[in-house]
Amino acid sequence: MLTFFQHGIRRLFDLADAGFNRVFGQTCNPLHQLGALSFYFFWLIVVSGLYLYIFFETSATAAYESVEYLTHEQWYLGGVMRSLHRYASDAFVVTMTLHLIREFAFNRYRGARWFSWVTGVPLLWLAFASGIGGYWLVWDKLAQYIAVTTAEWVDWLPIFTKPMARNFLSQAYLSDRFFSLLIFLHIAIPLMLLLAMWIHIQRITLARTNPSRTLAIGTLCALLAVSLVRPALSQGGAANLDIAVSVINLDWFYLLTYPLLEVWSAGGLWLLLGGLTLVLTILPWLPPAKKAPVAVVDPDNCNGCRRCFADCPFEAITMQAHSKRPGFEEAVVNQSLCASCGICAGSCPASTPFRSIEDLVSGIDMPQLKIKELRLKTKVALEQLTDDVRILVYGCDHATDVKAVQNSGVAALSLPCIGMLPPSFLDYVLQEGSASGVFITGCAGGDCYFRRGNTWTDQRIDGQREPVLRARVAREQIRILWTGLLQKKELTKKIEDFRVSLKAVGHD
Amino acid sequence: MIKLGQFAGQLIAYTLFAVTIGYFSASPAYVRLAPDQAVVKLSFSHAGQSVGDCYERSDEELAKLAPNMRERVVCPRERHAVSVELSLDGKLMYRETLQPSGMSRDSASSAYRRFTVKAGRHFLKVQLGDRSPEEGYTSVLEQYVELVPGQVLVIDFDEGISNFILK
Ligand code: HEM
Repeated sequence: MLTFFQHGIRRLFDLADAGFNRVFGQTCNPLHQLGALSFYFFWLIVVSGLYLYIFFETSATAAYESVEYLTHEQWYLGGVMRSLHRYASDAFVVTMTLHLIREFAFNRYRGARWFSWVTGVPLLWLAFASGIGGYWLVWDKLAQYIAVTTAEWVDWLPIFTKPMARNFLSQAYLSDRFFSLLIFLHIAIPLMLLLAMWIHIQRITLARTNPSRTLAIGTLCALLAVSLVRPALSQGGAANLDIAVSVINLDWFYLLTYPLLEVWSAGGLWLLLGGLTLVLTILPWLPPAKKAPVAVVDPDNCNGCRRCFADCPFEAITMQAHSKRPGFEEAVVNQSLCASCGICAGSCPASTPFRSIEDLVSGIDMPQLKIKELRLKTKVALEQLTDDVRILVYGCDHATDVKAVQNSGVAALSLPCIGMLPPSFLDYVLQEGSASGVFITGCAGGDCYFRRGNTWTDQRIDGQREPVLRARVAREQIRILWTGLLQKKELTKKIEDFRVSLKAVGHD
Repeated sequence: MIKLGQFAGQLIAYTLFAVTIGYFSASPAYVRLAPDQAVVKLSFSHAGQSVGDCYERSDEELAKLAPNMRERVVCPRERHAVSVELSLDGKLMYRETLQPSGMSRDSASSAYRRFTVKAGRHFLKVQLGDRSPEEGYTSVLEQYVELVPGQVLVIDFDEGISNFILK
């Protein structure tokens, strides 16, 4: 049932991804940067909010007027800031929600990755509390609706001895003290949100918290355009608790659930949201993921170079004093953090197939596919090639299935992650295996299932990241294609193009 | 050519983004109250009477207590639950027995209820009992009210006159 949903949503994302990749390119595809975009919108909200705060009057009676002043007298800056504050908040909810759905659909939330997911759940509550609190401060008719409805909803919980809704019975009951509390909360809750966002990315190496510059500029322009075309306005004049709210324009991004309170009871909505929160929280264990094999360090082959430590996308590797070589360090794998991608094996200088020792053991190896086995499989695959142009394809288990493109001129091997492929294998395949070319493929750029496999591979081949591909390897004999799942047609075509170009330059 | 296509595609994507954000941030409108409706809110916070009578300690009893505890008159802390009933034009809208708050059931009983009603003239009857159930309702307010559309009528309990008041 869950996987049915997952696959269905994944299909939709794949379709959308294909479109966005074409229009924005893989590195600027907004769907690859939803977490980073959420961070960016958060900062826009902070900056615009600080400006609003300078002019904001903190009493229930003066608040409305001060916001009106900003909106109308100072429309060119205050008004734009107000609109930007609102629309960036809306965009924040959109990207956050899509980010959640995407991590689910791409199955990036289970096993060792549960921490990011579970710490994401409170972000939802904090984000909504921040936004709804913001609308409250304007103290217009919408704020009145929010005040009364929120109080009625919160009163269902046995927290207050006197109902909170009594604060908003009529004008006579309103107190400035309560209003001050709201202002405090509208600063405190977003600060808590920021802290929680920081915790959320703690188990991620080099978390991407900044979107690409194109997207940052593009989305900012879009938000500014809405701000100018449809400036954020207060509704229905200042709040007047003696007159009920009849027709109101809701911000549906934040207030989608509020009308439910008229249909259901407050308890019903608590049940729905509480239940949803609970299900989301335990989702990574529904059912528990099979424990994936964990990277194993071989102290005899680990010289403490720190490359795996630098490349592990999930902070699963630490460096400690070497168990056998005094004065050296040794990599240590934290079992519970290892996501089983093998990127560490790809980064290890001892993972080279040229080593002549009989029992090839890397400094860090994956039990499900040791470097020794990878070398053996590579040899076997090469032996099957009979055409004059012989191409070996290395792919990954999370992108398009490379086995499906094999023929007499193309052999393929699939790795847990393309980042597991040590660059020395390319050299090996071309030198000792006498292949005409090596074709490398994996997840779309910026969207590696294990976060960094394709980026590290690019950098290793370009000589920007250790271990680098040796200079003697002719780059024309290497072709890279980063693409998503189910792109067999594109893959087949690109391999064919590669074959033609290899033949043209005489690599047959 | 591709560049131009990409540029157009991005423009469309950003426009869709802007329109979606701009539209749903304040549309469609939500009708919470029909044009011919008004709101009645019944809310109060009132402590029921003490459950038992106060009692005077004898001198011997006082002597047994620590000096700082020698209060002659002791009253039980527990309060009665408060029952309340609201009817409009003879139709029962709300009836509830509200338990006292506090660990020792020694604080006020509170109520908050919001009702949407048709605007116009109504006969309102609201009753409250704050003693033992046998004594029934001890405060009653009966009154015709004229509600204009959108009006919020608040029914609260005034401790001074020990009865409901309309605001
Ligand atoms: C305030 C809203 C949020 C922000 C700003 C945010 C931001 C981020 C960022 C920057 C990353 C790292 C991306 C990378 O570099 O690979 C991330 C990862 C992640 N987020 Fe969020 N997030 C938010 C809400 C959520 C929510 C609500 C959930 C789900 C309940 C969630 C689930 C995840 C998961 C599972 C990962 C890990 C992905 C992986 O292991 O590759 N996030 N988030």
